[in-house]
Amino acid sequence: MQIQLNGEARDLAPGLTVAQLVDSLGLSGRRIAVERNEEIVPKSEHDTTPLTDGDRIEIVHAIGGG
Amino acid sequence: MTDIYQDQPLRIAGHAFSSRLLVGTGKYKDFDETAEAIAASGAEVVTFAVRRTNLGQEAGQPNLLDVVPPERFTLLPNTAGCYTAKDAVRTCKLARELLDGHKLVKLEVLGDDSTLYPNVVETLAAAEELIKDGFDVMVYTSDDLIVAKELERLGCCAIMPLGSLIGSGHGIQNPHNIRLIIEQAGVPVLVDAGIGTASDAAMAMELGCDGVLMNSAIAHARQPILMASAMKKAVEAGREAFLAGRMPRRQSADPSSPFAGRING
Repeated sequence: MQIQLNGEARDLAPGLTVAQLVDSLGLSGRRIAVERNEEIVPKSEHDTTPLTDGDRIEIVHAIGGG
Repeated sequence: MTDIYQDQPLRIAGHAFSSRLLVGTGKYKDFDETAEAIAASGAEVVTFAVRRTNLGQEAGQPNLLDVVPPERFTLLPNTAGCYTAKDAVRTCKLARELLDGHKLVKLEVLGDDSTLYPNVVETLAAAEELIKDGFDVMVYTSDDLIVAKELERLGCCAIMPLGSLIGSGHGIQNPHNIRLIIEQAGVPVLVDAGIGTASDAAMAMELGCDGVLMNSAIAHARQPILMASAMKKAVEAGREAFLAGRMPRRQSADPSSPFAGRING
């Protein structure tokens, strides 16, 4: 299946969860937030939220700004 | 020496702050400089931006939230870079998730790239939606009294008019408008954007602002940490001058030494 991850197309194995995606990116335990199709995926639901083909995923963090 | 006057804390949405200087975290050369400048500024409220993570190069990289830990600072995620109410609301929801339910945000919805002037139509729409969703909204806006009053009516917890364009360092271009907002607002008013140097910050406070928010004036100074210290003092000096009440302006001179007893009298 293919998703849009932070605006870029990415091929993933079917059935992957948000938690598995986050882990595969080396972001487990980091201060991040995840949005799936413009809805927040709370941290408590990363384990139980499967990704599906065509999902638009945003993973964000805090950076310097004014 | 005991303080001659014990100021009230700055109260915003249930928080109480002794510092009236709020600072940004952008444009520093590295996180060490960011941390040192924030420490020198004495700021308790620190704003930051929300952006996509750099995929594939993140592991082990330092994170801004390690430099400004939520346990020590009141963090103020902002919606810088948003041009629509929808994007600003999405950004605030991401920030709330990022900070485990944190409700205080700085809303800014911009109008165009070259001026970064606030789009007040989108700002009003975003403020209304965010407040309905339970956010505490400190709002960046133009120095327009009518818009400021409407933002307050919607429930914004602080009104933050620009002094001049973001990052311009042009200071407070229309102090009369800022004063009008201060006189009529029932919530804290903070100048946000445009501060260039210490006298601009002092001027904002002398006008009666409740606080000042700045980033570039510190980060783009030749010596940011020294400027952060200067801004701390300027905000304190301006606040004390406001509370003390300035002397009346006179058209003619008025000698400070008595006329009586002069040797040529």
